[in-house]
Amino acid sequence: MNALLRPAPEEFSLSRQDNGAVRVRGLTRRFNGGPPILDRLDLAIFPGEFVALLGRSGSGKSTLLRTLSGLDPVSEGQVFCPKGQAVVFQESRLLPWKRVWQNVVLGQDKGKDGRDRAEAVLKEVGLSHRIDAWPLTLSGGEAQRAALARALVREPEFLMLDEPFAALDALTRLRMQQLVAALWSKHRCAVLLVTHDVDEALLLADRAVVLDAGRIRTDLKIPLDRPRHHADPRFVHLRSALLESLGVHDD
Amino acid sequence: MSETFIRAAVHAVSPSSTSRSAVGLPFPRWQILSRYVSPVLLMILWQIACSTGLLSTRLIASPAQIVVTSWSLINDGTLLSNLGVSLLRAALGLLIAIVAGISLALVAGLSRIGEDIVDAPLQIMRTLPVLALVPLFILWFGIGEAPKILLVALGSIFPIYLNLLKGIRSIDPKLLEMAQTLGLSRRQIIQDVILPGALPDLLVGLRFAVGISWLMLVVAEQINAESGIGHMMMDAEDFLRTDIILVGLFVYGLLGLVSDQLVRTLEHHLLAWRCVRHSRGLTT
Repeated sequence: MNALLRPAPEEFSLSRQDNGAVRVRGLTRRFNGGPPILDRLDLAIFPGEFVALLGRSGSGKSTLLRTLSGLDPVSEGQVFCPKGQAVVFQESRLLPWKRVWQNVVLGQDKGKDGRDRAEAVLKEVGLSHRIDAWPLTLSGGEAQRAALARALVREPEFLMLDEPFAALDALTRLRMQQLVAALWSKHRCAVLLVTHDVDEALLLADRAVVLDAGRIRTDLKIPLDRPRHHADPRFVHLRSALLESLGVHDD
Repeated sequence: MSETFIRAAVHAVSPSSTSRSAVGLPFPRWQILSRYVSPVLLMILWQIACSTGLLSTRLIASPAQIVVTSWSLINDGTLLSNLGVSLLRAALGLLIAIVAGISLALVAGLSRIGEDIVDAPLQIMRTLPVLALVPLFILWFGIGEAPKILLVALGSIFPIYLNLLKGIRSIDPKLLEMAQTLGLSRRQIIQDVILPGALPDLLVGLRFAVGISWLMLVVAEQINAESGIGHMMMDAEDFLRTDIILVGLFVYGLLGLVSDQLVRTLEHHLLAWRCVRHSRGLTT
């Protein structure tokens, strides 16, 4: 059965609020009575803060993101999220039967200005020349730009990025990271970036959170000014600290 | 009779087969022509066999006779009036099948309860050979237009229902999740995600349905019909007019071919977003 066809889960402890902050308290999630995927998790993201969420596969990153985005129900614990939120997934998840601009304003109130708003935000992500293209003709990087535009057009207070660059080639990834950095410094929404890439976290985030077995193992501030560069020598110490808590020993 | 069916099946299963030969290896002109040598040769042999009396015209009319007969049937209006009646029957039957098939598939595909209520009876009825219902249909609906149209409708409803339901079921759940995170309403999700996503399967179903509708029509028109291509052929049988029977066969064949092409054209326009990928895939 499709996920859609189930009745919407009771959101008794997922609350929407207006101050733009994200708060998670004592969130526990387990599947079919097994060991907990998320174990009494506490997390706060301040308005406008950029948080990177790291962790090995199976550490609960995706589960946390699915809970925050409302795709999974909250069964134990409390979650407070801003009303205006958007998700960018690893795959662009564009509707192949709608042109790029229609994908961007999908579900927005259809007005005459729909196309204009799509064009404005596509210009921001550098994709205005493909405004009328079919999604299947886009390259991987272009598709992710369109997905970013689709998130930004909603002017979210809280933006979730679920390994958005993992499937891109290295060069495209670098350019997309720069784009996200630029967009964030302009829009200043709270961001939760799920990633495997320690360097990506160091380049973009105010704070890196390492998840391990459903709990936060490390919560590391990244007190560097922007714009940042991959070659920054101050990364070295932070990098080895993060790698250490991910279980990789950087000798 | 089964030819239409098989042709529709072949097209539906491998839509790339035709495009491949069009784009594939460039044949020299004489090779393309050589494909038609043997059919033409067969026609000539057929004509010779009829002219020399080797083949009795009681069994089969000669190609020349068929051409002459079609001309006279067109001229005295017999062919066109019968063709009109047949087309109307097929169109009405198909229309009923499309409306009913789409509605039932939506009910079954979009709600759990709907699936429980609709799917089981349809799956059971699907296994019945529809043509075996002819005696019942005559009892119920008499020998007018109703049983003929309904037979067409009943035969072509299943491919539409089954394919659309499969299409709805196989929508990428990732797209549905995406729609959910964007806050789309249920109506918007159905309209923007589910229906367009299931459209390719619906069109495959429609192609099967069109093929089956001709099959049903052939049978329906040979039972107690007073008009239509099938009736024209049955009438000709009484007078041993094999030429008229063959004209009818050719007309049926042509109708199948044309209607299949119509659906393909429809596909080309409605699924423009997919054609882009195909052509791109071929050039790169």
